[in-house]
Amino acid sequence: MITAKVKTNLQLVGEITELFKEFVRCLYTRPFYLGRIYEQIVHLGIGSLPITLVIGTVTGMVMTLQFGYGLEKFGGTLYVPAIVSLSLLRELAPLFTSLLIAGRIGSGISAEIGAMNVSQQIDAIRALGTSPVRVLVVPRILAAVVSLPLLGVLSGFMGICGGLIIAYTEFSMPVGFYVNKVLSTIGLMDIVGLMIKCAFFALIISLLACYRGLKTTDGTRGVGNATIWVTVTSSIIILISDFFLSKILLLLFG
Amino acid sequence: METLLEIKNLSKSFDDKPVHCGVTFNLYKGETIGLLGNSGTGKSVLLRSLIGLEEIDSGEIYYRKQKVNGLKEEELFKIRTKVSYSFQNGALFDSVSVYENIAYPLFEHTKMKEAEVDAKVMEILTLVNMAESKDLMPSDLSGGMQKRVGLARSMALNPEVLLYDEPTAGLDPVNVELVLNFMKEFKKQGFSGIFVTHDIPAAKKICDRLLILKDGKIYFDGSVDQFEKSDDPFIKNFSNSN
Repeated sequence: MITAKVKTNLQLVGEITELFKEFVRCLYTRPFYLGRIYEQIVHLGIGSLPITLVIGTVTGMVMTLQFGYGLEKFGGTLYVPAIVSLSLLRELAPLFTSLLIAGRIGSGISAEIGAMNVSQQIDAIRALGTSPVRVLVVPRILAAVVSLPLLGVLSGFMGICGGLIIAYTEFSMPVGFYVNKVLSTIGLMDIVGLMIKCAFFALIISLLACYRGLKTTDGTRGVGNATIWVTVTSSIIILISDFFLSKILLLLFG
Repeated sequence: METLLEIKNLSKSFDDKPVHCGVTFNLYKGETIGLLGNSGTGKSVLLRSLIGLEEIDSGEIYYRKQKVNGLKEEELFKIRTKVSYSFQNGALFDSVSVYENIAYPLFEHTKMKEAEVDAKVMEILTLVNMAESKDLMPSDLSGGMQKRVGLARSMALNPEVLLYDEPTAGLDPVNVELVLNFMKEFKKQGFSGIFVTHDIPAAKKICDRLLILKDGKIYFDGSVDQFEKSDDPFIKNFSNSN
C-alpha cells in the first residue's frame, strides 16, 4: 500500500519534470507563439488586476490597524510604516497574491485544458501535427511568470497605500512621516526578492495546472477534481517553498 | 498496388486486458477500407494507434515504409499531416470559430499567406456545405455540422490517408447521406481512407474492402461482394444484426 503510494507520487514528480523539460525545450525551438503569450498575459495578468488591487489594499489596511493598536500600548506606533512595508514586500504581498492567483488562474488553466482533454481537443491538436505543450502550455506558463511578479509588486504598493490611509485616519500619522519611513526601510532588493518569489510561485502554479489539465480524465467530474487538486497542491507547495525561498533571499540580499 | 499503411502483428492491451492480439492488414493507395466490429472491439483504438495517438504494446506500423510506432511525438508530426484523423465528435477547438478551426493546420504547416489561407478555407468549407457558417462558434453548430467541419479540418492539408472515426454515428439520414457524399468526393480526389463504422450499408457504399475485428484479430478481410456472399455464421449474423 505504502510502496504503491510512493511509486505513484514518484511517477507524478517524474511526469511533471518531463513536462517542465519539454517546456524548456520549446523555449529555444521554433515555432514560438508570441501572439498566444500576449493573449494569455491579457487573460491571466490583466484579468487578475481587480483581485490584486483589493487583496493588496486590504492586507495593508488590516496590518496597519493591528500593528498600530498593538504597538500603541508600548509607544511604538512610529514603527508601523517600517513593519508594514517590509512584511508586505518580503512576505505578504507575494504570498497572498500567489495564493489568490493559484485559486484564480491555476484552477482556470487546469479546467480549460482539462475540458479540452476530455473533449478530445488535445488529441486533435496532436492529430493535426502540433504539440499541445507548445500551443497551450508554453504561453500559459510564460504569461504567468511575467504577470505574477508585476501583480505582486502592485499588490505590495497597494498594501503600503492602504496602510497609509489607516495610519493617517486611525493614528493621525502625518503622510510625509509615513512615506519617509517606508522609503528609508525598503530597498530595491526587497522588490527584486518579491519578484523572484512571485515568478517561482507562478511557475509552480501554471506548471501544475497545465500538467493536471493534460492528464484530466473521467469527464466533467475529472475537470472538477483537477481544479481542486491544482488549487490545493499549488497552495501547499507555495507555502512550504516560501520558507526556503525566504531563507535563501535573506542569505543573498540580507 | 502501392502500399500506404502496413500493420503487422499489432497488439495492444489496457490494464492487462488485451484489445488487439496480432492485427495485420495493409491499406493501398486510392482504396477505402471499412473497419467493422462489435462495440468494444477496439476499432477506434486501432485507428488512433495508426498515427501514434495510442501507444501499442507490440507489432509494427509503417507509413510508406517508414516505421510509425516508436517514433517520438515530434517525429510523428510530419506523418500526421499525411495521415489525417477525423474524430467521432469533430473535436473542434471550441474557443475559436469554424474558420479558425480549418485555418489552424494551414497556419501551422504551410507558408501560405493570409489571403491564400482564406481561399483554401473557403474552398474546403464550400465542399462540406459549411461556407455560410464560417464565423460561427462550434457550440452554435449541430452534431452533424460539427462532424462536417471536423472532416473539413482533417483534409485541410491534403493528406494521403483519412482516418474516419464513425463519421455517420448519431446522424439523421439526410446528414448521413451528406457525409457519405463528402467521403465519396474525397475518394474521387484520390484520398485513401479507413472508415470505422457500425453502419454496414454506409460501409458497403463507400468501401472497396471490409475488415471485421473480432477477439482482437482481423476476422474477415475481403471485398464487399465477398462479405455479402460469405457463409460464415458470425459474418452472416453480424451483417443481419446491423
